[in-house]
Amino acid sequence: MELLYAITLGVLTTCGVYLLLRARTFTVILGLTLLSHAVNLYLFASGRLTASAPAIVGLAPTAADPLPQALVLTAIVIGFAMTAFVVVLALKAAVELRNDHVDGENPDEDRA
Amino acid sequence: MNHVLILPILLPLITGAGQLLFYQAPFALQRLLGFASTFWLVLLGVWCLQVAGSGEHLIYQPGGWPAPFGIVLVLDRLSAIMLALTALLGFCCLLYASSGTDQRGAHFHALFQFQLAGLNGAFLTGDLFNLFVCFEILLIASYALLLHGGGRARSRAGLHYVIINLVGSALFLIALGTLYGLAGTLNMADLALAVAQAPPSDAPLLAAASLLLLVVFGIKAAILPLLFWLPRAYSAASAPVAALFAIMTKVGIYAILRVFLLVFALGESPLNHTAWGWLWPLALLTLALGGVGVLGSNSLRTLTAYLVILSVGTLLATISFATEASLGAALFYLIHSTAMTAVFFLLADLLGQQREKGYDRFSAEGPIGHRWLLGTLFFVAAIAMVGLPPFSGFVSKAWILQASATQPQGLWLWAVLLGATLLTLIAVSRTGSSWFWRPGDMAKPYPLERGPLTLVAGMVGLNGLLAAFGDPVMHYLELTAVQLLTPQDYIAAVLPEGRMTAQEGSP
Repeated sequence: MELLYAITLGVLTTCGVYLLLRARTFTVILGLTLLSHAVNLYLFASGRLTASAPAIVGLAPTAADPLPQALVLTAIVIGFAMTAFVVVLALKAAVELRNDHVDGENPDEDRA
Repeated sequence: MNHVLILPILLPLITGAGQLLFYQAPFALQRLLGFASTFWLVLLGVWCLQVAGSGEHLIYQPGGWPAPFGIVLVLDRLSAIMLALTALLGFCCLLYASSGTDQRGAHFHALFQFQLAGLNGAFLTGDLFNLFVCFEILLIASYALLLHGGGRARSRAGLHYVIINLVGSALFLIALGTLYGLAGTLNMADLALAVAQAPPSDAPLLAAASLLLLVVFGIKAAILPLLFWLPRAYSAASAPVAALFAIMTKVGIYAILRVFLLVFALGESPLNHTAWGWLWPLALLTLALGGVGVLGSNSLRTLTAYLVILSVGTLLATISFATEASLGAALFYLIHSTAMTAVFFLLADLLGQQREKGYDRFSAEGPIGHRWLLGTLFFVAAIAMVGLPPFSGFVSKAWILQASATQPQGLWLWAVLLGATLLTLIAVSRTGSSWFWRPGDMAKPYPLERGPLTLVAGMVGLNGLLAAFGDPVMHYLELTAVQLLTPQDYIAAVLPEGRMTAQEGSP
C-alpha cells in the first residue's frame, strides 16, 4: 500500500508542477488542483497509513491518528475556497485582458 | 485565564461578518463599525504592549485544553509590537480609505476587517497549523482587497499574486506534513523540544522541512528569487490597500523570526543554521535589487514597491546576524519602514490626484496643484524615508550599522545598505525636482481634501516623534531581542511544567 501511495503522490505532484508551468490560466488551475490533492494525501499520510483502524480509541485494537485527518479536512476546505476564487479571477482576467496567459499578454501575439 | 487575548482576532472577525450580513445598511454605518472595531484594536494593541512589557508570556487556550494538545495563543513582546503596529497602520489606512476609495467596490470594510483578523491571528498563534490557517485568512482577504476597484492592471497583478501564494500554501502544507510525521506535534514550543531531540537520521528531513518553510515565508516576505510578484501587485492596488500591504511582507519576517528562533533553535547543533546560511546572501542581494529597482522605477507606486523590497532586504540581512543588538535594530527599522512605505503609497495617491496627467508616472510632465504645500510634504516625507536626521529612519539605520560593525561580514552590509540608500536618495530627489521644481503652478488646481492630507502629514509627524522619543522604544525592542534569543522561556510558559524536564531527562 505504501508503494502505491507514494507513486500516486509522485505522479500527482509531477503532473501538477508540469501543468503549473504551462502559463495558461486553465492549465495552471488544473495544476494547482492536482498539487493540492497531492498535498492533502501527503498530509494524511503524515499520521502513518493504517488499515482498518478508526480514528477513535477503543473501537479496534489499534487507533489511527485523528489529527492529520482534521488537518486534511481544514486544508481541503481552504483549498476548495481558494480554487473557486482563482477560477473566478481567471475568468475575470480572461474577459478583461482578452487572453488567458498568466502574464495577461500573449508573448507570441506580435509574431502572428 | 484572561479572555482579552482572543479579542484581537474575534473583534474584527465579528465586525467583518456583521458588515457582510448587513451590507444593505447605510454606508456610513459600515464605516462607523469599521472605525469602532479598528479603534478598539489600537487600544488592545496598547494593552498588549503593556502586558507583554513585563516580560511574561501571556497564554490563552481557546479550547481550555493544555498546550501540546489544545490550541494556544501566545503573547510576547514581539507579538505585542506587531499587533500594535498593525492596528495603528490599519486605523490610518481605514481613515484614508473613507475619503472615497472604500466606495469604489463592494464590501471594502468587511474585507478590511477580515484582513486584520488574519494578521492578528498570525501574530498571536502558538501553533504552526494555525499559522497556516491565519495566513490563508489574511491572504484571501488580501486577494479581494487587491482587486478592489477593478480594472485591467489589478486583474493582471492579481493573477500572479494569487497563484504564487497558492503554490506557497501547498509548500507550507508539505512542510507541516513532514514536521508532523517526524515530530508528532505542530505546537511550536513542543515542536522545538521534539526537533532538538530528534535522532540524527531525521535531521535531513527536518532540514528539508525548515528550508521549505523558508521558501514559504520568503514568498510572503519577498526575498530575492521569490519577489517578482510584488512590484506589480503593490503598484496596482488602491492606495490604502497598498499601504496596509506594507505590513504583509513583515508577516513573513515575523514568521521567519518566530519559527527559526524558536522551533529550530534548540539542540546541540541547531537546525536553523541551514536556513540562516541562505538568509544572509539572499537578503543582501534583495537589498541590492531593491536599490536598483528604486532607481529604475517608472512611477511613484512602483518606486515605493521597491522600497518595500529594499526594507525587506535590510531587515533580513540585519536579522541574520542574530545578536541582541542586531535584532533590536532590525525591529526598530521594521516599525520605521512599515510606516514610511505606507506613507509613500498614500502620498503617491495624494500627489497623483493633483497632477494634470499621468497620475503618478514619472514620464508624464506637467504642473501640479498646490505645489508648495504638497512639495513640502513630499520633501519632509522623503527625508524621513531615506533616513536623514531628524527622523527615525536615521536612528534605525545608524543603529543597524552600529550593530553590524562588530560582525565579520558587517562591512558588506555597510557597503550595500549605504549604496542602496544613496540610490534611494537620488531617486526621490529626481522625483521631487521633476514634479515640483520645473513645472509651474496649475492655473486651476483641483480641490485638495483636508482629511487625507492631514492624515499623511500626521503619519510623517509620528515618524519624527518616534525618533525624538525613541529611547523607551529602543529599550523595549532590546528587551524583545533578548526574549527572542531565549526560546526556553517561551517553551516553559506554553508547555505545562514537568513536560520540558521529563523530555530533557530522556535520552
